[in-house]
Amino acid sequence: MTAISAPQRKTGGGAEGRRPRRSIVLNLVAVVIGLAVWTLLASVGVQGMPGPAEVAARAVELVADGTLAMDALASLRRVLLGFLLGTLLAVPVGFLMGWYATARGLLEPYVQFFRTIPPLAIIPLAIVLMGIGEVPKVFVIFLASFLSSVVATFQGVVDVDKTLINAARVLGASDRTIFLKVVVPASTPFILVGMRVGLGSAWGTLVAAELIAAQEGLGFRMQQAQLYYDLSTIFVGLIAIGVLGLLMDRLLLLAERRLTDWQERR
Amino acid sequence: MTTKISFRDVVKTYPMREGTFTALDHVSLDIADQEFVTVVGPSGCGKSTLMSMAAGLVEPSAGQVLVDGEPVAGPGPDRGVIFQQYALFPWLTVRKNVEFGLKLADLPAEERRRRAERAIELVGLSDFADALPKTLSGGMKQRCAIARAYAVNPKVLLMDEPFGALDALTRVQLQDQLLHTWSQDQRTVMFITHDVDEAVYLASRVIVMAARPGRVQRIIDVGLPYPRTEEIRLSPEFGRVRNEVWHSVYHQAPAA
Ligand SMILES: Nc1ncnc2c1ncn2[C@@H]1O[C@H](COP(=O)(O)OP(=O)(O)O)[C@@H](O)[C@H]1O
Ligand SMILES: [Mg+2]
Repeated sequence: MTAISAPQRKTGGGAEGRRPRRSIVLNLVAVVIGLAVWTLLASVGVQGMPGPAEVAARAVELVADGTLAMDALASLRRVLLGFLLGTLLAVPVGFLMGWYATARGLLEPYVQFFRTIPPLAIIPLAIVLMGIGEVPKVFVIFLASFLSSVVATFQGVVDVDKTLINAARVLGASDRTIFLKVVVPASTPFILVGMRVGLGSAWGTLVAAELIAAQEGLGFRMQQAQLYYDLSTIFVGLIAIGVLGLLMDRLLLLAERRLTDWQERR
Repeated sequence: MTTKISFRDVVKTYPMREGTFTALDHVSLDIADQEFVTVVGPSGCGKSTLMSMAAGLVEPSAGQVLVDGEPVAGPGPDRGVIFQQYALFPWLTVRKNVEFGLKLADLPAEERRRRAERAIELVGLSDFADALPKTLSGGMKQRCAIARAYAVNPKVLLMDEPFGALDALTRVQLQDQLLHTWSQDQRTVMFITHDVDEAVYLASRVIVMAARPGRVQRIIDVGLPYPRTEEIRLSPEFGRVRNEVWHSVYHQAPAA
């Protein structure tokens, strides 16, 4: 996953949003150099290391027999389910914590504590408690996305500009109106950034969860390949994970740009 | 003349690590109906605190703040507030910002649209009605904030250094526009500024405050006729009042 910028700042590209052609050319050059170095490493015989051509051939096989699509779908399904559930719960809980001091006092110790535990560390516990089916995997992803979204939402609510709240109050707004018409829109950029971080950590957690116990999925496939020293398949898996992660991140970034187009960007 | 806003022996203290900090120390001040007063003073002397009490955003620690003879109990659309930082809702267009208060007043859509239109026209923003705040200059943002306040037709305008962040030219334009509107609707205006020229140009009375503790130092009658013109701004009488205000702001005797 790419780095996440603060909501006020703009990620990547020039101030105009479009990437200059020069930088695209440089990106392509970097990819070509990378492939060359990889080929070189493989040809001087780093133990068992496949070159790009071999990996590409393996990828074609995996695509042709449907394995790659099946694995990717299985992984995506888990991630999206956990991510959706996590975010769906995180947003109201984050609002509650930001808006009511009592809720904050009660929930913050738990949120802050669990946030310091890497979601991966929960896996052993989840497996013992929930077995080795889909539930523990989805749960760990749920937890990962919940924790990052809840903190972002809560921070967004706390950071809402007090003058905006006062501006609404002096126009006669009730607490309810202030919440719905000021706090919610004002914290949207924070929530979306939290979602992006959450999706990133969900994706990372998923693959690790699949390494442990699964019948399908990108992580499972790599785990299997490891048993047979099938490095090409591992490479295909890694690249698929990277590409899918990048795609999801870009989709959310696009949504974020759309929904928070009103922001002043400096 | 009836009194519109009345501060009676108002005290505001904030708890500190040791003891309390007195932001306002027994301030008494009456502002007449339809009067235009300006408040000047060094920063930290409690100008914003005083105004926020009239707005109902801050409660006095002691004493009373009355509007129309009634103690202020929270904010309300009868008192429009304009903040230095504009405080526009950045996700709403100019028109939607202006309609914000009208929606809260439960006006029918038709009426809302009409009144917003009129307020936007009054401040000269008609061409930008559908623009987002981020595309506006500072002066235009403040015009929009003023339109938003005018739209709900408040009896009192409370303005906290509204032109403080604007360039000199824009500032003069907005001052004239504000006076022009005021001459027609004769709202009561309490206008805070740190600019002595602005204080004298706009007001019939200038309230000079002093700091530590925040208090009213002097009240100076401007005694210049309305409408205020460039001629008045450049006249020797204006200069004299300006000097007087300047002196009482910048050469304050320390608190007894
Ligand atoms: N919520 C608060 N807590 C503590 N001190 C405050 C608070 N609000 C204002 N003050 C203090 O009260 C004094 C007056 O503030 P303010 O009314 O903003 O002054 P002014 O607008 O004249 O610059 C300042 O010294 C400020 O630090
Ligand atoms: Mg102030």
